[in-house]
Formats: sequence, C-alpha cells, structure tokens
Amino acid sequence: MQKFLTSSIGKKTVMALSGLFLIMFLLEHLYTNVTLFFGDGGIEFNETSHSMVRMIIIRVIEIVLFLAVFVHVAQAILLTKENSNARSVKYAVNGAKDTSSWNSRNMGFTGSVIFFFIVVHLYNFFVPYRITGTIGGAGQETVAQDVVAAMENPIYAGIYLISVILLAFHLSHALSSAFHTLGMSNKKYMPIWDKVAMGFAVFMGIGFGSFPILFFIAKLMHKDLLNWGM
Amino acid sequence: MSKLDSKIPEGSLEQKWTDYKSHVPLVNPSNKRNLEIIIVGAGLAGSSAAASLAELGYKVKVFFYQDSARRAHSIAAQGGINAAKNYANDGDSVYRLFYDTIKGGDYRAREGNVHRLAEVSNNIIDQCVAQGVPFAREYGGLLSNRSFGGTQVQRTFYAAGQTGQQLLLGAYSALQRQVGLGMVKTYTRHEMLDIVTIDGKAKGIIARDLVTGKLERHSGHAVLLCTGGYGNVFYLSTNAMGCNATAVWKAHKRGAFFGNPCYTQIHPTCIPVSGDHQSKLTLMSESLRNDGRIWVSKTANDNRKGTDIPEGERDYYLERRYPAFGNLVPRDVASRAAKERCDAGFGVGTSKMAVYLDFTAAIDRFGKQQAGKLGEENASAARIVELGKEVVKEKYGNLFEMYEKITGENPYEVPMRIYPAVHYTMGGLWVDYELMTTIPGLYALGEANFSDHGANRLGASALMQGLADGYFVIPYTIGGYLNPQISEKAIPTDHPAFVETEKNISDLIDKLMNIKGSKSVDHFHKRLGKIMWDKCGMGRNEKGLTEALSEIRVLRDEFWKDLRVPGEKMDFNLELEKAVRVADFLELGELMCLDALQRKESCGGHFREEYQTSEGEAQRDDANFMYVSAWEFKGDNKYEMHKEDLKYEKIKVQARSYK
Amino acid sequence: MNLTLKIWRQHDGNSKGDFVTYQVSDISTEMSFLEMFDVLNERLVNEGKVPIAFDHDCREGICGMCSLHINGRAHGPQAGTTTCQLHMRHFKDGETITVEPWRAQAFPVIKDLVVDRTAFEKIQAAGGFVSVNTGNAQDANCLPIPKDDADASFFAASCIGCGACVAACKNSSAMLFVSAKVSQFALLPQGQVERADRALNMVKEMDALGFGNCTNTGSCEAECPKEISIDNIARLNREYLLATLKK
Repeated sequence: MQKFLTSSIGKKTVMALSGLFLIMFLLEHLYTNVTLFFGDGGIEFNETSHSMVRMIIIRVIEIVLFLAVFVHVAQAILLTKENSNARSVKYAVNGAKDTSSWNSRNMGFTGSVIFFFIVVHLYNFFVPYRITGTIGGAGQETVAQDVVAAMENPIYAGIYLISVILLAFHLSHALSSAFHTLGMSNKKYMPIWDKVAMGFAVFMGIGFGSFPILFFIAKLMHKDLLNWGM
Repeated sequence: MSKLDSKIPEGSLEQKWTDYKSHVPLVNPSNKRNLEIIIVGAGLAGSSAAASLAELGYKVKVFFYQDSARRAHSIAAQGGINAAKNYANDGDSVYRLFYDTIKGGDYRAREGNVHRLAEVSNNIIDQCVAQGVPFAREYGGLLSNRSFGGTQVQRTFYAAGQTGQQLLLGAYSALQRQVGLGMVKTYTRHEMLDIVTIDGKAKGIIARDLVTGKLERHSGHAVLLCTGGYGNVFYLSTNAMGCNATAVWKAHKRGAFFGNPCYTQIHPTCIPVSGDHQSKLTLMSESLRNDGRIWVSKTANDNRKGTDIPEGERDYYLERRYPAFGNLVPRDVASRAAKERCDAGFGVGTSKMAVYLDFTAAIDRFGKQQAGKLGEENASAARIVELGKEVVKEKYGNLFEMYEKITGENPYEVPMRIYPAVHYTMGGLWVDYELMTTIPGLYALGEANFSDHGANRLGASALMQGLADGYFVIPYTIGGYLNPQISEKAIPTDHPAFVETEKNISDLIDKLMNIKGSKSVDHFHKRLGKIMWDKCGMGRNEKGLTEALSEIRVLRDEFWKDLRVPGEKMDFNLELEKAVRVADFLELGELMCLDALQRKESCGGHFREEYQTSEGEAQRDDANFMYVSAWEFKGDNKYEMHKEDLKYEKIKVQARSYK
Repeated sequence: MNLTLKIWRQHDGNSKGDFVTYQVSDISTEMSFLEMFDVLNERLVNEGKVPIAFDHDCREGICGMCSLHINGRAHGPQAGTTTCQLHMRHFKDGETITVEPWRAQAFPVIKDLVVDRTAFEKIQAAGGFVSVNTGNAQDANCLPIPKDDADASFFAASCIGCGACVAACKNSSAMLFVSAKVSQFALLPQGQVERADRALNMVKEMDALGFGNCTNTGSCEAECPKEISIDNIARLNREYLLATLKK
C-alpha cells in the first residue's frame, strides 16, 4: 500500500478520490444553500444547518471532510513541486495553449484561489458559529440572515463570485480527469465524461453563483429575497 | 581459392540444416557465461542475435550509434516479412520460397543458405507472434497475408505499413529484457571504428563514445557485425542518414573478404527527388504495387496533368511488358523499366524523372466490392469512389499520408509520382554457411553479409533474413567456433593488438581533424553519390565505370587535402562522425566500381548496358560469371578477387522471365 | 523564403546554454525542417564554425530519433508529424522560428539540441516485453486474436519513442510512452502472464527516473507524431490499480 501511495499513479488516485469526495460535499452544500430560496425566512436553511450539527454521522463526515481537504491540498502541493522539478529549465516559447485547455493547465492556480476562499469562508461562518461562538448564540436562528448579510456585502460577494467561477473551471477538468485517473475512461466514455464534467461545472457555477448575484441584486432592488414567500 | 570454404554441409538440400544442427559442437551452460560476444549494430539482426545469445547464457555487449536500439533502420521497413506458412492455401511451401528467392536473386545466391532461410522463415513468424508483435489479422483472428513482387503466392505477413517497426520493437523488447536481466550491456551512441585481431582471430573492437569522443577498447571471444548495408555510398538513398559502411569496411581492411560489392538494389517506388537540398529519399512500400498501377503517357514529353490524360492514352508499361506478373515484377525489373521510360522521354511531373503510381482502378474496384458487401446495388459513382477510398485508407493510409506530407499532393485525388532509388545492398562481407567471415571469430549478419539474396533481393525478404540470422542461425553456428575456446579467459584490453589498433584510429581521427581544408564532409559525399548514381547505378557500362574509378580517386585525394572538420575531436562532433564514414565510402565506392567492371554480364540489380537482350532484358552469362566475387584487401587501395563458384544441385538454372 | 532562427546552443551537459540568432535565406518550401538545418549547418562549416548538433536518422518519421521544440511545439506546429517530416511550406516568409531542445530533467541536454533519452531504455528494460525465449513458440495461428484487439494493440505499439509526449507535457510526464507499451501487451493474450508485473515494474521505473506526474491535460496526445491516444493512459491507470489490488 505504501508503494502504491508513493507511486505517481497512486498519488493521482488519491487526488481523484479526495476530489470526488469534495465534489459530493459541494453537492450537499449546494442543496443546503438552495433552501435559502424557499422564501420561508430562512427557517428551512437554519433547521438544516442545525440538524447537521446535531447528527453524529455528519460530525464524523465533517472530520473526514477536513482530512480530504488537507490531503487534496497537501498532495497537490507535493505534486506541483515534483512536476516543477521534472523540468527545471523552462521553455522560452511555450505553445501549450495550442494543445491543452487553460483549465487543465491551471488546476494549481484555481485550486489555490478556491482554498483561499475556503479559509475566508470558514473564518466567516464556521469559526464564529462552531468554535468561538461569537455570533449565533444559543438558538443559532440567524444563520440564514448572516449569510444573506454577507452576500449583500459587495466585497464578499465579489470574492465569492470569483471563487465560484474558478471553482467551475477547476471542476470542468477535475471530474473528467478523476475518471481518467481511476481508469474509468476510454475512447467511448471520454467524450461523455468531458461533457458530464463541463455540464457539472456549469451547473455548480450557476448554482453557487446564483447566491451572491441574486441576493445582491435583490438588495439593490430593495427586495427581501429570504422572505419572498411570507 | 583454398581460402574460400563455404562450409555447406553434405547431404541433401532439405537435410543440410537439420543435420548441421544435430552435429555442431555445443557449449556447456557453465562455460557460456565466461564467453563474451560483441555485437555491433542493433537492428533486426543485431537485436535478435543479442537477445537469443543472451538467453543462451553468453555475456553480450551491443554497440550502436543511436541513442536506442529501437532506432536502427530496420524500423523503416514498411511492407512485410515473407514466410512459407501457406496460410493462404495457395500452394506455398518451403521449396517455393526457396525457389522464388533463388530465382529473384537471378541465380547468384547459394542454394544451401537460401534453403535454410526458407526453412526457418516459419519459425520467425511464430517467434514474433509469441513476443506480442501485432501483425495484421483477419476478422476470424488469424494472421493476414498479402503478396509482394516476384511471387505468385500470398506469403507476406505485415503490420500495416510498419512491419519493420513492429518486428524491430519485438526484437528490441527481447533485447531490453536481457538488459534488464543483466545479460546484455548496451553501449548507446558508440560507433565501432575498428576490429582488433589477435593471431588472426577477431578478439575485440575499438569504439568511439560519440558523446565524449573517447576511444574505448572492448574485448570478446567473437564479434558479430550486424551493421546493415552500404547504400549511403550513393548519398541519396532510402537508408537513414547515419547508415554507414565503416564497420564492414574496417573489417574488410583487416582481412574479411567483401562479397559482390556491385550488387545494389534500386527500389522502384520512391518519392522523386525535388531539389539539390534533398538529404534522403523516401520509399513508398512495394505493397502499393499490389493495388496500384504504374503508367506513363503514351506520348513523349506529354505536359498534361496526370488526371487530364485519358485512359486510352496511358501506357501501363509493366502490364504491357510482363503480363504474367504485371505491376508485381521484381524490383530490379520494375526499376529498369521506369528508367527506360523516363530516359525515352515519357517521364512525368516537372522533373520528368518520375512515373505515375495510380490507385484510381483500385479505388473503383474496392468501392464496387464494398458497395456489394453493404448491399448498395445502385451506388452512385461518387459513392463507389467514397467507399473505395475508405478501403484504400484502411490498407495504405499511413503511406498515403506520408506521401502527402512530403509532396503536398493528395494521392487519393492525383496519381502518385514515383521514381527508383537506392534501397538495399545485396553485397556485403563474404560469409560461409555459419555466417563467419574470412576472419575467424568475426561474423556478419543481416544486410551486412552478402549471402542470401544473390544479385537481387525480393520484397519482404530483408526482414526475414535479418531475423533468421539473428534468432535461428547464429545461436547454433557460433557454438562451433566458441566450443574450442571455453578455457580462454577474457582477453585483457592492454594487449599490444588493442593498443596498436586504437592508435591507428586515433591517428586517423587526428589526420581528419588536421586537414583544415575548406569543404564540408557533405560536399564530398554528394559528389561521390553523384558519381556512383550516374556511373554505377541502375545502368552501368565499361566506359562509365572506368571514368568513375578515376573520378573517385581524384575525389578521394581532394577529400584528404581539402576537408574541413570543425570542432574538437574529444567532443560530440557530428561532422567528425560523418568524415570517418565518408572516408570509408570513398574507398568502398571504388571497390563497387571494380566489381561492376569485372562482372561482364547483367544480373539482378547489376545491369551492364552492354549485356542485354534485344528486348532490353538483362542477359546473364552463366558460363563465365556464375560465381560470387569475394574481394581481398591488399593494402593501399589494392584488391584481389577470389571466386566462389555457385553450384545448383536442386534448381535448374534458367533465364529469369516474368512475362 | 528568408527566416530568422533563434536556436539553443549549449556546448555540453555541464555548460550553460543560450539562444543564438541566425538568418537563413533562399529556403525552398519543398525542404523539410531538417534539410533547412542542413543548409544552415553547411554554411556554418564553410564559415569554420561548429555546426548545430541535432538528432535525426531515418528522416521518414519512424525511427523516433529527431526531436526539436519548434516555436513552443514538440516536432513543430503540424499535428501527427515528426520534425523530419515537417516541411517548410508550413512556415511563412520572414518568420522568426525559435528552436529549443526537449526540456525535461529525465532528458538531460547532451549538446545544443541533442538530449539523452536513455531513460526510455530503462523503462523498457523494466517490463516492456513478453518473456519468451527464442525457439519456444507454437504455431502463430494457434492463437487467434480478435482483429479489433490486434488493431488496438498495433496502434499502441506504433509509438516511436521520440519523447515528444514528455517534451509537450507541462509536467514532463512519461505516461503516454509507458501506457502505450503496457497497453500493447495488455491487449494481447501473449501479454497476460506478466500483465500485473509489467504495469507495476514499468511505472516504478518511470517514477524513479524523475519524470513528472500526469495531470491529464492531453498535450501529449496532441503532440504525439503517431497520434497515440490518452485512452492508453486510462488503461495504464486501470492496469496499475488492478495490479496493486492483486499483488
């Protein structure tokens, strides 16, 4: 097993598996966020957030999630370093743009931005709610309201939006690449995976991107999006 | 003449090899590991020999000038490899392959060697398949065959247009396996520059590390030269740029006789020369003649485009002259016929030194066949052409692509232009039945020897011979020589013979570096090539050859006075590499002309214009020239010819006819 | 045509290299890229200068000896073409062409544009074969192989080992080369016996030689002169994962 984990293909497999796990988390996160649009004043969102904190299984998965982020990032740093060492003298003229997509070549960059955003995001929500308890308090009934408030902040919304766009770029290569790395690809399936990955990336981009955009617009129009049904 | 013992075993032709194998002395496995064998060249013959000998337990060292054994020019062979499997059920047999090869060689090859070649041909296919060589297959999963020039059966196995590549990769993988096991050591970017002989026996080589320029001494109990042919004497040929005759020539100068140097093969289907800058010629596989038709206009100096010349005004001259074999006549015949048409003013293209190779008829035929298969009864002409092109693409796609890359013309739409070019040399170091040269312990395998193809080689036989020699002949025959040497320890490389030989080479290199003249190596090589092509090429005559001899001597003198080799000798110096090679070509070219001059007959690839029938066909003189000319180096550009008479016990010698 | 050439010159592996600019004139569009180099080198020799060292041999696109990174592209801008088969008609009059050697830690520069690719030799020796000694084979037709399998194996086997995949990959990964070799045998019945070991050993050797890791950008496939598909890389991944589970 150690031999596998230190081999180039093993390292890539770890990237693929941890990445796929993170994608599953993204889906779950997206669902939770969508409940903000229920128009119930954030009740559903608050309750979902609440119940997740109470469930043991989710707490366990949360630990795995942090581990996955750590492994994905650490492995990425290691691989980037190795890959950079594999060519110490760079080309003076590089025509890579003619032979590969920007997304595929810049996973390190998009990933770094996403990681930076995750830190900011955790700092804004996870840390105060779950660790320091500086906001929310006992009832924690205001999570939805806090999220909306953050989205209405142009700086935060901007950072959020840029990160989401880069996330989409990241995903468009990541998903098909993961299938390729896991060997689940050939002439027949590769074009399908490529399309699935692209579709998924666009879906996630629009999905997450819709929050800052819609809440920001709603604010400009003085509409209370969180409570539209009430 | 006593010097030439071909060591053909007694007994009936069919039994010779079997009997030989049963009686040749063996070497005990524990002794094999103390015996070192040096192999120079890592093409089909070299790689297969190295792998097979290492499998037997010998210690093997392989030297080649490229960075990998997989780059040897065997890799460029396109069409296929012959074997008498009779998978096509069309009446093939070992005897027929043997007979076709002897006849194709214009009755100038040894019966014993050729029969052995035909016998082991089947083992080669088996061996290659077992190694994982992906030959072309039919839908039923069995091997596919096609036909080649000079035969009336389908016995050629192939892997698209890359048969040589696949066979070489097979041999290369076997070789690398032995490298991994520590049985073979490969010396990449090393060029052998001389043979070291001790008491008349080959005991080692001097090689130059091409990266550092350092001369190295390597000893062994036997030396195998698998260094290919000398077609690059002509400068322009289908050989790779690095192909050279230095190894065989240095061996020749140390006492190995040179057999039939004048026999060179001019391949009929190459892409024509396009300008003075041209560095090499590219072959279009002979397999194209399976389906392509060769023609020129019936009118001389016709300036119309090929597609504008109507069917009735086309002269399918091969089909006209040789109805039985048509476009599939042997290479020498096809080449001469093309030259004859071009010389008579019927050539095509801007240079007028080309003929057409046309797939229109094949596209139509395949298209109709395919339409029938698909049940498209009323397929339109355009649909038939479309279907036909698909079939042609499947069969010859890579060749068509290559043609388009080089010429910028689309051969699916316009007929290809082709012209003969130097391709292969049947001549080479004289060897006996055991593949040993006249220097004991020095062997020559594959194209480097002269043995199996007589005066003309049939298509798809070079791969066969290279692999036969390496896989199935040398592993047996070398035992006979090594058996008495089992107690001999590894030869120390500080032996005076090594010191002296290295000094000779070192002096030669200094001499080349110190000329400091004004002209590049290529300048001389191109001039030599032109002399050889004009006067010792497809057509030869006494006057031209005599002129060539004096021109080469003059050129050689000029070379040694006015050559410029820039750079340092103890360095990666490509000009120096070329200079050493061309210095040898300048001597070998002379010997080729001498040999062509003495052979006052036309046979196979050797066409003396004075000796032809009224119909322009080659005229042999069996009474006076049924021999192998084996040249001995007598020092200072002097040579003495020895004759090995050819005896045909099995085959009735007759005029070669493909009509 | 008249061209400006910016060519990497480096005396040997230990010295520092740099670009040198040359002007060439009267280049015919019929010439191959290497013939254009021949013209330049002939001129350099006549001027008493050291000509440019570059690798080449067969000049018909099959030996895999030629290399060159031309205007940022391995084997130049034409898809499916080796440098020796690249013709000058694909360049414009007056163009500036930058020529560099393959760049990879595993392919150290020997001189000018020549690099050492013997790393591939080592990978091949680690498992790129079927262990069958000469003389042991059964009749070739005793082993029917479906045409599709034979064809797929052939396409993988048509790799010429030039190293363009490594040169083109942003990570200098040799996965396309290794996967082509592993695929050739994995697709054939002859290769089954050593299938797991082959994948494990060849990958191990590749990793040890300092090639980078594959990130599936697909540049290798785009630059491969024999257009070998990255399907093979997926197959190698699969072979390797399965072999790991087995061994």
